[in-house]
Order: sequence, then structure tokens, then C-alpha cells
Amino acid sequence: MNRTSLLLVIAVAMFAAPALALIETYDFSDPELEVRYQSLTQELRCPKCQNQNIADSNAPISQDLRKLLHQQLEAGESDDEILDHMVARYGEFVRYRPSFGGVSIILWLAPALLLLAAFGVLLLTLRSKSRATTAGVASLSAEEQARLASLLNKVERDS
Amino acid sequence: MAPRLKLFLPLILFAMLAITLFRGLSLDPSEMPSALIDRPFPAFNLTGLGQSRPLSQADLEGQVSLVNVWATWCVACRVEHPYLNQLSQQGVPLFGLNYKDNDADAQRWLDELGNPYRFNIADRDGTLGLDLGVYGAPETYLVDATGVIRYRHVGVVDEGVWSALLEPLYQTLTEENDTQ
Repeated sequence: MNRTSLLLVIAVAMFAAPALALIETYDFSDPELEVRYQSLTQELRCPKCQNQNIADSNAPISQDLRKLLHQQLEAGESDDEILDHMVARYGEFVRYRPSFGGVSIILWLAPALLLLAAFGVLLLTLRSKSRATTAGVASLSAEEQARLASLLNKVERDS
Repeated sequence: MAPRLKLFLPLILFAMLAITLFRGLSLDPSEMPSALIDRPFPAFNLTGLGQSRPLSQADLEGQVSLVNVWATWCVACRVEHPYLNQLSQQGVPLFGLNYKDNDADAQRWLDELGNPYRFNIADRDGTLGLDLGVYGAPETYLVDATGVIRYRHVGVVDEGVWSALLEPLYQTLTEENDTQ
């Protein structure tokens, strides 16, 4: 083997390992299916490695789910059908964008409710504050008003 | 509210938060109930390990049983295997689901370590596993006499898991089945 071909073999070998490490690729009959595949793999959560979606995860279960997803897309199933299929097997857990309804309704409504509650608290606090100040002014009796005036006069004279 | 009590509000809020977070420390986020609880065991038509007769979900019916998902590549399965042998000797009906495995390896495993299973479903491609919502072996499903899944345990089944989680339900279901 001459020097050039040896170098060539080494160069090829250097690229082989990353190629093996790559996530499998699927061929789609329609580019639109590939777009849906990408968005669904982003949305579906890996049941084993809980904080990754199946696009990022290389766990065996994610590989299986991607394979299943590819088959379902090629079989012409709609996004809703596919998601229902996955949820029926892995529970609502498998979606990063939970459906609106059932137990997950609390997830959707909690932020709005908390914001409303915070505004409520803010309004109450502001109202009681302003009431306290106006009440404070009104509660000075005539005697106290006179004393206040004399004190202010005294301050003015001294300065 | 008295003004003095109001001063304690931050402390009360802090205590509530601390209790919630402390509780969170002892929760296992990987513990998920199966989506198939109280649903029939998914339909399948697969051959058994070491036998040519096709098996289906109907073969699991007739008695309360455990369906154990295992594979030779699964280290924890080896850990729980001696306890499964023990359970089967006690008369608990056990079925195996050999998940994404190679038949020859699986057969060797059973020859070497003992076979606690009445039969083994060979799920070579993991299709039944997907229908069952399996996300990692070992998993053990408690299936009642009518073939409905009643409980799923993820992880090793040992003495503690059996007596605390599986046995009580197994006993109740068996009694229910006997009285009918």
C-alpha cells in the first residue's frame, strides 16, 4: 500500500465514527412530511430521558418512537391521530405541548389566574394605602392643626 | 387581620414553600403511571420463545398474572431474576415479554438462570413494547383474569416491591376472581 492510499484510508476512518454516531435518517415521499416529522419530534418527549424530546434523545425508545412516527407519517395519518396514538400509550406526559382539557387545563390556566390574583393583591394594597393616607390627613383635629402650623412657623423663623 | 399577625405572613409563606419543596425532594419524577391502567392488554400476535405456536392477548387471560418485560441486555433484569424464580415457585403466574432481544441469547439466559415464566412472548422488534408503553426494561404489569392491566411497576421487582405494591393488589384481584 502506498503512502497516498494509506492516508486516504486514515482520512476515511476519521469520518466513519461520527457517521455511525449520527441519528438515523429517514427518506420521505413528500417534503411536507419531513417538515411535520421535524416538528413532531420536537414536540414529543422521550419517556425514558425525561427532559429531552425525541429529536434530541438517542435512547433506544426515542429511536423506536421516531421509527414509528416515520411509518405513521408515510401511512398518511394526521398530526392529531399520531399524537392521540402516542398519548394512548405513554400518557399526556409524552407531549411537551399538553392538550387543553382534562388535568392539564390547570397548566394552561394557572399563569393567567396567578396574574389576576397578583393584580388583585396589588389593587387591594394600593387602595388600603391611599385610604390610610387620606384618613391620616382628615384625622388631625383643629388643635393639632394649630400645633402643626406653629411648629412650621417655628421652623421657618429658625432657618 | 390584626396588624401583628400580618407581620407573620412572610414567615407563613416561607414555611408553605419550604414544605412543598421539601416534599419535592422525596418524589421520584421518573415514576409514571402507565397510560394503560384499567385498559385491556394490547392486542398482539407474536410467536413464543422456543415454540412455534402464535401467542395472543387471549393467552394471558384466565388468572391474575404478572407480565414481566425483560431482555438479556438489561442488567437490572438479571438482578430481579432470582426473585422472579422464587415468585413462580410460590405459584404466582408469570409471563415473560422478551423485549427487543435475540432468541438464542434469551434461551441461554433461561437455561442458565432458570425459567420462571409460563411462556415468553418474543417481541423482537419491540412493537408490543410500544403498544404497552414500555420505556425501559424491566417493567412488570399486573394483569387481571379478564386481561385488563391493573398496575405497572417500572424497575426491579424484589421482596419489598412485591409485598408493598404488587402482592396486596394481586391478592384482592385473585379473591375477586375466585368468588366469581
